[in-house]
Amino acid sequence: MLRIKRVPTILSNYQKDEAEEGGGAARGCGRNCLRNCCLPGSKLPLYAFPKAEKVESCDKNGIPFAFLDSLLLGEVILKSFDCYLLLQWEDRMERGLFRYDVTACETKVIPGEHGFIAQLNEGRHLKKRPTEFQVDKVLQAFDENKFNFTKVGQEEVLFQFEPSEDGEVQFYPNAPIDVDNSPSVVAINVSPIEYGHVLLIPRILKHLPQRIDHESLLLALNMAREAGSPYFRVGYNSLGAFATINHLHFQAYYLAVPFPLEKAAAKKITDFNNGVEIYEILNYPVRGLVFEGGNSLKDLSDSVADTCICLQDHNIPYNVLISESGKRVFVLPQCYAEKQALGEVSAELLDTQVNPAVWEISGHMVLKRKEDYEGASEKKAWRLLEEVSLSEERFQEVMAIIFETISCAAVEKMSPEDKQDAEEVGGVNSDHHAAIVSGKQECLVQL
Amino acid sequence: MFMEQQPMGIAIEQSINSRYSYWVREALDDLPYNFTITDPSIPGHPIVFASRELLKMSGYSREEVIGKNGRIFQGAKSNRRSVMEIKQAIREERSIQITLLNYQKNGTPFWILFHMFPVFSKEDGRVIHFVGVQVPVTPKPRRSGSEFSRIQVNLCDNAAFLGFCRREVCSDTVAELSRIPNLDLAAEDTEFNDTACKVSDLEKQGANSAMGSILSMLTHYSQLTGKLVSEKRCCSSYMSGVGASLNTSLGRIKQSFVLTDPHKTDIPIVYASDAFLEMTGYARHEVLGRNCRFLSGEETDLSTQLQVTNSMQTGKACTVCILNYRKDRSPFWNCLYISPVRNASGKQTAYFVEVQMNVNNYNEKQQQNLRPEMMQLSVVAAVKVAVRTSGMIATTSN
Repeated sequence: MLRIKRVPTILSNYQKDEAEEGGGAARGCGRNCLRNCCLPGSKLPLYAFPKAEKVESCDKNGIPFAFLDSLLLGEVILKSFDCYLLLQWEDRMERGLFRYDVTACETKVIPGEHGFIAQLNEGRHLKKRPTEFQVDKVLQAFDENKFNFTKVGQEEVLFQFEPSEDGEVQFYPNAPIDVDNSPSVVAINVSPIEYGHVLLIPRILKHLPQRIDHESLLLALNMAREAGSPYFRVGYNSLGAFATINHLHFQAYYLAVPFPLEKAAAKKITDFNNGVEIYEILNYPVRGLVFEGGNSLKDLSDSVADTCICLQDHNIPYNVLISESGKRVFVLPQCYAEKQALGEVSAELLDTQVNPAVWEISGHMVLKRKEDYEGASEKKAWRLLEEVSLSEERFQEVMAIIFETISCAAVEKMSPEDKQDAEEVGGVNSDHHAAIVSGKQECLVQL
Repeated sequence: MFMEQQPMGIAIEQSINSRYSYWVREALDDLPYNFTITDPSIPGHPIVFASRELLKMSGYSREEVIGKNGRIFQGAKSNRRSVMEIKQAIREERSIQITLLNYQKNGTPFWILFHMFPVFSKEDGRVIHFVGVQVPVTPKPRRSGSEFSRIQVNLCDNAAFLGFCRREVCSDTVAELSRIPNLDLAAEDTEFNDTACKVSDLEKQGANSAMGSILSMLTHYSQLTGKLVSEKRCCSSYMSGVGASLNTSLGRIKQSFVLTDPHKTDIPIVYASDAFLEMTGYARHEVLGRNCRFLSGEETDLSTQLQVTNSMQTGKACTVCILNYRKDRSPFWNCLYISPVRNASGKQTAYFVEVQMNVNNYNEKQQQNLRPEMMQLSVVAAVKVAVRTSGMIATTSN
């Protein structure tokens, strides 16, 4: 078993050490959380997004949100969703729910061709005893005894996020919570990297472990699409790729500059018959794939989900970045944690204590030490990210595995113990297979 | 406090008609250049004018182009980074010259030198339009060796193709253009990106002279309407105390608000939104540099006024409802929300943002699900993001 020691990031004010947790989640807590002790009878706002590719309606049946579109507040508030999320976020800031003021964190774009973004964030990392994380198992069963998001206070939840019944945006400021079907919610990240940093927790009461499935990924894509601003990115870290909590969650925030990853060139590999196009990232320190297109959002989502599930089943840690309002999805396998556990990472890099999760890989480097921030350079960022990437040979192997799996019409091949794990955590959906369009598999020679 | 929005079609027509006199379209069409004029103040930043030469070169009809965003000319292989750099230049309201792969209506790609520049209003220094000139170019790759000869073959075709593109193109050649071998090979090679595409001095000169001609044309026709334009932002009162790039970002926030600077004597207003000016009836130069108390009048409760001052001195957010007076001395109840905003280095409060809400005016029905303060919070959020972002972009001059 491979383990590393790191200080976990605090995502909720109610997240404590394992030692402090003690046994039993059902101790009535009086904290107004989301468990059975406090949840019944609670109400939270509900933002219902249109599932179909429909434009937001205006002023029908007194839907109050339509008027917000006319506000056009700056570069990030372009639709009701942005407006609502950010004003709620600002409200929680006023109420002092964040561990620190993220606007007090010095930030700059590092001069250079790629535009890496560096932030000095001393408050995010605790001066606490590091915890051990197992890094060689991407699929791990949900553990009731550890912290999970039903333990957050309701004040940390901004709204429920569900598909709307009739294909239009609906907003309910005080909606009851459907405990049987379990809503998905958007909550604040109390250690924000940027303004508006939130967590999307699909089907929160179902206690899903940190692993991607088709429905959850589609929800994340829908959220990216629902936001009006292309500066709202949604990200995911698998276990072993620096996810802190084994309870299914995505992260998102607004950053009004392009990420270096988004600017990287890409070489097309293939098309699928559902319209999805897959590219390989070029001229970037981390190797990965980009998914675009699709005849529908669901097609895109299913292709990405198939890929992620394949990586999970083969125990390969990875990160996902959803960009351009859900039109482009990056999937990047990584091996930094494994290298760290094997003692293969240089002391220099380890000293920065940077955990390269999806945001760092995208080019947003959150630094803990002042000297790292002052001396931040494109070269250093590049060097760190090179360590995160799979090697060329390994990446080619992984690509082969991915393509074999997702284009094959047969049931996905899984090793017996992976199958068992998969069954433990809720089964595998094997009816989402897209076929490669015959004759179109291009393999452009790289010069 | 919602800005009225005209139906799109009228707004697009008015974009040109309200600023330039009647014959401007014909005059612009007589110019031998391929260019568009776009209006950033209309949602979607649409094209409001496309020159006759551009329509011929691209194969689109006028109706297919007017009202659309400039990205209709781009396609799958247009370099992503170049497109992002153009977007950035638009955001920062400055000019840019960059090579780009554009596409005709029939899907044929062709390289251009894209030269875009802003046109400013002389009166208030605001950007009225962007002009985008498209100069077709022959790409000169840096790659050497065996690849070169493969590419050269295509370039010969490209040159012939471009021969049709230059000035005297007429409509039947559009059919001929589709016969010419596809440039896909040159475009498909993704190593062959825009930064590898060198442009000759002659081509750059062509772009610059196009810019000169178009600009003088627009200046001339703007004189006749009295709404003068200029290639430079020359209005000093526009450059309030927050610097160019922040000014631009804040300009996109359509609500009524001001920024004040607590580090300057008497905490003056350093930025005022258009909506604020509209609500209070003042002109920008009449408010910049003054403390907000000038909005108070005979019946204004002094203790409320003091609350505002106190909040700024202690650096705390507050909400007050205060009786204010417009320039014409008509009173209105102003529900103010005041919040400190840090600068990008995070170290101190750079500004206070004050968001006004005219209470006489707000529509009960529209507000039923959101308290007014929530609305104001969204403005604070937008301002915080704007201040933070503009500070991040180190290279932007302030």
